[in-house]
This record gives sequence, structure tokens and C-alpha cells, in this order.
Amino acid sequence: MQFLFDRNTWQEIFGSISKNKTRTVITVIGVLWGIFIYIALSGAAKGMDNGFESMFETIAKNSMFVWAQSTSMPYEGYKTGRQMQLKLGDATMIENRIPQVEYIAPRNVMGFFGSPPATIGRKNKTGSYTLFGDFPQFTKIAPKKIYDGGRFINDEDIDQARKVAVIGERTQKELFDKDEDPIGGFIKIDEVYFQVVGVHKFEQSGGFGGDGDIFIPFSTFKKLYNTGDNVGWFSIAAYDDADVIKVEENIKNLLKNIHHVHPADDRAFGSFNLGEQFNKIVGFADGITFLSLVVGIATILAGVIGIGNILLISVKERTKELGVRRALGATPAEVRNQIILESVFLTVIAGIMGIIIGAMTLAMIDSFTQDIEFPYTNPTVPIPYVLGALVIMVVLGTLIGLIPAQRAVSIKPIDALREE
Amino acid sequence: MIEIKDLHKSYKMGTNTLHVLKGLNFTIAEGELVAIMGSSGSGKSTLLNILGMLDELDEGSYTLDGVPIKNLNETKAANYRNKFLGFVFQSFNLINYKNAMENVALPLYYQKVPRKEREERALKYLTQVGLKEWATHLPNELSGGQKQRVAIARAMAAEPKVLLADEPTGALDSTTSYEVMDLIQKINDDGNTILIVTHEEDIAHMCKRIVQLKDGIIVEDKFVEQVRASQYV
Repeated sequence: MQFLFDRNTWQEIFGSISKNKTRTVITVIGVLWGIFIYIALSGAAKGMDNGFESMFETIAKNSMFVWAQSTSMPYEGYKTGRQMQLKLGDATMIENRIPQVEYIAPRNVMGFFGSPPATIGRKNKTGSYTLFGDFPQFTKIAPKKIYDGGRFINDEDIDQARKVAVIGERTQKELFDKDEDPIGGFIKIDEVYFQVVGVHKFEQSGGFGGDGDIFIPFSTFKKLYNTGDNVGWFSIAAYDDADVIKVEENIKNLLKNIHHVHPADDRAFGSFNLGEQFNKIVGFADGITFLSLVVGIATILAGVIGIGNILLISVKERTKELGVRRALGATPAEVRNQIILESVFLTVIAGIMGIIIGAMTLAMIDSFTQDIEFPYTNPTVPIPYVLGALVIMVVLGTLIGLIPAQRAVSIKPIDALREE
Repeated sequence: MIEIKDLHKSYKMGTNTLHVLKGLNFTIAEGELVAIMGSSGSGKSTLLNILGMLDELDEGSYTLDGVPIKNLNETKAANYRNKFLGFVFQSFNLINYKNAMENVALPLYYQKVPRKEREERALKYLTQVGLKEWATHLPNELSGGQKQRVAIARAMAAEPKVLLADEPTGALDSTTSYEVMDLIQKINDDGNTILIVTHEEDIAHMCKRIVQLKDGIIVEDKFVEQVRASQYV
């Protein structure tokens, strides 16, 4: 193994490959292409993965929505087609009975699902905006970023049914002057004055919601629109380790039980399981990552085989040279080591170049996709993947180098030097 | 220096066996300049290959500088070749992507001589063959005579006990041939043992001894009056 650390060995290798430029370049391109594909593919897959991840950043990954519809089966004396209505009490029941539920936020809205939007006014400006009645828990399920100085609705707002509102960026822009601080300012919601306590930053979260949304305490909403204990829908987040599909089923069964709905009636309550969708996308992204790894490694393999092939041809070409080296005193081991080291050296050089070019390509793609709506952020290749690829290349380079090396050794110097 | 006793060598050609060397006996002392002559098929190249450890003998014994040469594996043969022998070929066999100096330094590389010393010694031998100015030129930039002189410098660089030359002038015109022979004679004057395989009468007479081979046996072994090549140059 000492020859590996001998400067002379490397000078000889370097001399041999640097003076056969065409051969070297062609050889290098194969592996370079392979590792480039590997890096670009797995980086892109990772970028997509990250993209999906960030799309769901603004909402708990195992959350779901449950709303009321109408029954499709008669039960306990009730006719079919009965319009269902969720009640505030249902939330308490769900929280108490289903331990997998981490947060549950009953919500009401004006401006969605057929209800007219609220009319908001300030001084001489008016506009229509979507208005939500919310509990503080809602931000645990779908975190809202509030600009400095403001806050979201808190428990005291709920208890005292305070007339406070959290407005959107657009609402602020449209109702307040440019340099005016909206915090503490008053707006009129359907003829009732509310004090602004916060401005939320709008983030595309894949669900409904916009940059003009206004949030007020659930209890205030109830008074304002006379909704009593009625709830529009529940936003629910399960614990991270819970099976979201199972939790969804349990919640709906419980609701059917409370509201006297036939256990087999699937239409009475509607739901959308974000967790399930998320898991599907994660599975899809994992599949792509796996595929890109397989394709990448296969391409590297093809490249390394290309190196072996070209070295094999070059050994035939170099028969005479190798014969001369043998006549001058090169031992078979020295000849074999030289060919293998040439193979490994070329593979590694090509690999490193491929990694660099791949990384540059990824950076370029990243800068192009910065501003467009596409689930693609921060494409990176984990260091273990890169190191793994390098190890694979060294191992394959050695193995594939063995074939031409063995061929080189099997040439007898006398045959190599015989005049044609 | 070289002692050959009852040397036999035959090649298998399909079902036939070709008996090439049929019991050779001779001894070469240190400082001799010997020409091995013979027409093609006389076995002179086979003899040289065996002397050069590029081929193995079937029967008999071969002793080089007191060391019996037998049952060598490839590694040992390589080491002996490196230590004891210098080769000069008809077609020069320089490595085409190495310049003159690197070619000359190659045997020293296999002797594990450090690079700096390698280059110094290579340059010294290139100077000896009068090609110091051509040290950085590639073989394809050199004439045939220059190539052969580089090859001789390469063979000498390892300071071998015996220099083996296989038709060293075979690819050269007569003027250049005499130049090369002049160089070989000068090297011999310094006390080096040299063996030349040739079929050219005039080249053979520039040696001190002629061994005539015919059909695998020595038909004549005589010392001759050496013709100095320098008078033709």
C-alpha cells in the first residue's frame, strides 16, 4: 500500500494521463456526466421535497377540517335529508373523548360558503372582506405571522367578547393611510366599531384564506351575527404520532353519535384530511428521491464501465509501452497498480468535477425558480449522498480498473516487444 | 559474466514442436563486445530473449554475474532485468508521450530512485550520447539515430551489468548505423559488457567477438580484429 503515498507513483500516473489528453477527456466525460446526473437529479428531488414541505409550513401537517352537511339516511325517527349543524359543545366532546386530538378550533365565517362578506368601514372608506370568528387555538393549527406590535386573539378576548380584530395586510393598505399605525385604530364591522390589535402577514397555505381576511373573537362573532352555539367547521390537529385517518374516522363517528345520525351515513359530515394528503405527497416525494438515486447511481455505473472500456482499449494500444516498462524492470504489480490508479484517479477527478458542475446547475435552477409558484426550494444533496457516490466511484473505479490491469499484466513483455 | 551451458529451447506450434536452440555453450567475460550473427530462424533472437529473461529456457543453465537464472517469477525477473540488464531494441521502443530525459529516467523510476536524482542521472547519460540539448524533446521530434541514442542512454542509465542490443542498427541507414556503433564501442571501451544481435557483416566486425548461429547451434565462435566505427563517421 506504500506506493499509494509515494509521490513518484502519482507523478507517473499524472504524466501518463496528462499526456494522453484526448483519451483522458473522453474517459472523464462519461463519469462526469454520470455524477452530474446523480447530483442534479437527487438535488432536484430534494428541492421538490423541500418545496412541498414549505407549502405545508403554514399549517399543521396532520390537521383536518370537519363540517356539517345533511343526512342521507333516516335514523331514530329523523327523516333523511336533515340539515346538520355543528355546535360549540361538540368541540368539548371531541377533545374529551378522542385523546389523539391535540388542538380543536371551532370557526365561523362571513364571506364563504354562501354567507355574504362583512362590510368593513373606516372613516370614508368601506369594503367587503371575509370575516372569521376564531379561538386562539386556531394559530396552533395554522400559525399566523403577526407584524410587530400586534397580537392574535387571546383567551380574554373570548371571555369578554371584546370587540377587537386582527386584519390582513391588504385590509391595512386599503383602510389605513400609508404611515398610519393600524394598531389601536378603529374599524367598523357591519356598523359595530372594533379596535385593531394586530396585522397578520399573508402566506399562501394551499387552503382558502387571503390577504384581506379579518379575524375577530369567536364569542364576539356569535353576538354580532347572532349565531348562538353554531359552528361553521372545526379545524383539528392531531398529535404528530397519531394516525390521521383513524382520528378523522373517530371524530365523525362521535359526531354521528351526538347528532343522532345513522352510523353508516357518510354524507352527514364532511371532512378534508390535510394530513392524509400530506402523507401522499411525502410518499410521492420519497418515491422521486428514490428514483433519482437509482437513476443517478445507474448512470455513474455506466460512466465507470465506460472508463473501464476505454482503459481496456488503451491497454491494447499501450501493449508496447507496457512491454517496454516490463523490460525496463517494472514488476507485474507495478504495471497493475499503475492501470488501476489511473482508473481510480480519472474516476475521482471526473466525479469531483461532476459534483461541482451539478452543484452549480442546482444553484442556477434554484435562482430561476426563486420567484415562481412552484414547489421547489433549496435543492441540496445531503453530504452522505455525495460521499456515498464518491465511495461508489472509487470502489467501481478500482474494480473496473482490475480488468484492463489484469489484461496488461497478462501481456508477456516478449510478445509486446516482438516486431510485427 | 554470462555463462550458458547446454541451452535448449523449443516452441510448440500446434502439434509440432519447433526445436529452436539445440544445446548452446558459451561464456562471455566482463568487458566483452560480442556479436551474435545468424540468418533469420537461426535462433539468435530467442537466445537474446532468454539472456534478457524475457523468455525461459527449457534445459541447461544460465548464470549471470554468478547468479543462476532459473525458475523466475515475473516479479523476480523484472527486478533482475532492472538491476542486471539494459535493452536496446531495433525499433527503439521509446515511450512516445515522454520526452527524451523522461524516457532515459524510466528504469531509474523502477529502481525507486528519487525524481531529482533520476533527472540528474538521465541528463548525465543524455550528455554522454550527445543529446543534452534534446532532453525535453519528444521521441517523434528526433531522428532515427537520435532515438536509438536515447534508447542506449536509457539502457545505460540503470548501470546494468550487460547491455543487450537486438538489431540496434536494423532500422537505420549506414551512416547513422556507424554513429550508433561508434557510441556502443565507446561504451564498451569504458568496460561495459555488450551483446549485439545482428545479421549485418560490417556491424558484426565492429565487435570484438562473433558468435555464428545456424539452425540452433553455434557453428563458429571467434575473436576478431575490431573495426572502429569512428573512421566512417
